[in-house]
Amino acid sequence: MGDMTKGNIAIAEAAVRAGVEVFAGYPITPSTEVMEYLSTRMDDVGRTFIQAESELAAINMIMGVSACGRRALTVSSGPGISLKQEGISYMNQWEFPAVILNVVRWGNGLGSLHGSQTDYLRETRGGGNGDYRNIVLCPSTIQESVDLMYQAFDLAEEYRNIVVVMTDSGIGQMMEPCEMPEFKEIKKCDWGLDGTYKKKRGDFLDRNIIQESNDYVAKLQKMRENEQRWEEIETKDAEYVFVAFGTCGRVMSGLVQELRKKGEKIGLIRPITAWPFPEKAFTQLKKENKNIKGFITVETNGEGQMVEDVAIYAKKCGFGNLPIYCLPYVCGVPKDKQIMNDFNEIKLGNKKEVF
Amino acid sequence: MATERKIPDLFNYAMFCGGCGHGVLVRLICECLEELGQQKNTIAAIGVGCSCHLKSAINCDLVQSPHGRAAAVATGIRRAEPDKFVFTYQGDGDAYNIGLSETLNAAYRNENLCIFVVNNSNFGMTGGQMSWTTMPGQKTATSPRGRDTSKTGEPIKIPEMIAYSFKPAYVARGAVITPAEINKLKGYIKNAMEAQLNHEGFSMVEIMSTCPTNWGMNPMIAEKHMIEEVIPYYALGELKKRGE
Repeated sequence: MGDMTKGNIAIAEAAVRAGVEVFAGYPITPSTEVMEYLSTRMDDVGRTFIQAESELAAINMIMGVSACGRRALTVSSGPGISLKQEGISYMNQWEFPAVILNVVRWGNGLGSLHGSQTDYLRETRGGGNGDYRNIVLCPSTIQESVDLMYQAFDLAEEYRNIVVVMTDSGIGQMMEPCEMPEFKEIKKCDWGLDGTYKKKRGDFLDRNIIQESNDYVAKLQKMRENEQRWEEIETKDAEYVFVAFGTCGRVMSGLVQELRKKGEKIGLIRPITAWPFPEKAFTQLKKENKNIKGFITVETNGEGQMVEDVAIYAKKCGFGNLPIYCLPYVCGVPKDKQIMNDFNEIKLGNKKEVF
Repeated sequence: MATERKIPDLFNYAMFCGGCGHGVLVRLICECLEELGQQKNTIAAIGVGCSCHLKSAINCDLVQSPHGRAAAVATGIRRAEPDKFVFTYQGDGDAYNIGLSETLNAAYRNENLCIFVVNNSNFGMTGGQMSWTTMPGQKTATSPRGRDTSKTGEPIKIPEMIAYSFKPAYVARGAVITPAEINKLKGYIKNAMEAQLNHEGFSMVEIMSTCPTNWGMNPMIAEKHMIEEVIPYYALGELKKRGE
């Protein structure tokens, strides 16, 4: 078992070991420890740390780094990630990969410092102008944060696409034992700019936009096919299947086991990729389980965001008009007792489905 | 005996309006890059607007930055590739309106970059709207009754601000007008580039250019207007010399 490490520090170290060469960021709670840690750690391992004047500048610095085929990271939360959307959209247009860590905090605008899942729709729908998606990785433990951050750069480079790692205040601020992986070898991507003008540009008024779009859609389809990740617990004979990610996924992992002991026939699908959404879990479940009475999402936001995806994919995967419920707890860490009470209300028919 | 000046290999073609200063400027940048041996060692970050045309005008690596963010993108390139020559190519609307923060902060950090800003006193690409460098009383698409400085501020002088407030390596303002001034401008550009190659820090050259299309003047009248009305306000010369 590894050392007890704070989530934000562990995930920062994982990025270093994954070979990030330049970090640029701007302080914002609850993500700031990542930046504070990297301010000396990057220097110690001969990499580059930049404290940018703004979130906007930070994402654009990352764009410059990525254009040169080097591994780049920026970190923020809530309103800071909003400012980065311009750069994220550009980077997906030019196929400049990078990793963005969003330590989600509750709310619109300035919001608050509470951990939350209010950014689910923004992260999974792209966020900036245009027609793109980011791969969104949602760890629920510190070890998983480390493991996903370690893989995130490889994924970003494989697809030449932005990868978002989405944690929240809870996962960023708590401590757990975790094992650190080995240092990866640093390599410049062969397509990266090197000043020699090896790849000629076409005339920019002579773009084939249909072709560009078709190529990007093909890439999206490849990501959907290859990168869906999830964890499943006790779903085979479950009557109600919970769907929860991140902090809520962590809570439900424990609660499902506990309620099983009390005879409740429940299971859990815990998405690890929020995009691409783990549609395959629902396809498989449809084949294996004829007893399902409903899906229930547990989320920390106002009225549920992921519940929309669950409804979309339940329908697509053949669950017809099966009711889709949502238990939204706004922020923080949902309490077992509250969830059990609300689950009873669903079974009694007092809590209605959302879709 | 006059000798023919060789067109630099870096120079592709100029897709600018007749009488615009951009084409001459790109040629000067290409000549300087080649004279300094940087033709295969250069990465640029370009602005949005007429500066987008650098994509067609120059045969070198570049990144199309979001509007105003070229100095931040160039900072990333600089830090990722310490041995490359890095410059930005922007207009006044890009560098001084929407990109004021990124431009000033790159200068404030004394980032080892060259910033080239074409000041033609309006937003050229979008059809000639008022920018922060538009002259008092100047008619533009968004100040059709003439710029009212009581409501919109005085024409902005960023090179002066950078030269006198921060500690840059080199700051100058040149103009694409007479051959004499164009030759001086080439000297400014070369100085700015040498400053970077010697790791002296941030350098900036603002380039005054006519915009006959949006000023509604023919190129000859536009040049006369620039010399008589604009240059007296935007004084030419070196604002911060190297080693000062």
